[in-house]
Amino acid sequence: MTSHLGLMLVFAALVSAAFAVLSREEVREQALFALRLFGAFIGAAYVLGWLLYPLPL
Amino acid sequence: MATPVTRPTTSTSPYLICAAAWAVPGAGHIWLGRGQKGFALLGILTVMFALGLWIEGRLFPFEFADPLVGLAALANVGIGLPYVVAKALGAGVGRAVAASYEYGNTFVIVAGLLNMLAVLDAFDIAQGRK
Repeated sequence: MTSHLGLMLVFAALVSAAFAVLSREEVREQALFALRLFGAFIGAAYVLGWLLYPLPL
Repeated sequence: MATPVTRPTTSTSPYLICAAAWAVPGAGHIWLGRGQKGFALLGILTVMFALGLWIEGRLFPFEFADPLVGLAALANVGIGLPYVVAKALGAGVGRAVAASYEYGNTFVIVAGLLNMLAVLDAFDIAQGRK
């Protein structure tokens, strides 16, 4: 497995799930929080990716 | 007037619970009767650590001459027994030229750090703060 996008998705999913389990009590709350966090991770990665795109790195 | 909330505490030493929570991810929560959280943490953190090793992440040595390497080693140890097992099996050598090497390192380091967070959460529960 060497796809950067795939690894980022797996990482975001696992970290979101861990944070949700630690910070929420009810299973439903955990699922909703994990989904929101996962979306935020992916959204932030895309925004940062496009912001960095023009830079000569 | 609000009435103070009384939360149950355990008679077991919180430090013993922390030791168990460090050794086996989620064990502290399971011990404290929070099975759903405990088993979820066990699955998530163990998979994350194993995946990091599988994609050629490295278990860093304790070399504090390079502070970031030493700190990464401390984070690695945070996962507990899975770290010991991986070391015993000779896993976590890391292959720096692999495309997924940095991702692997990140997975392994973050799994250890999240388990440290789980230990602190178990400590708070044992103290009756949550």
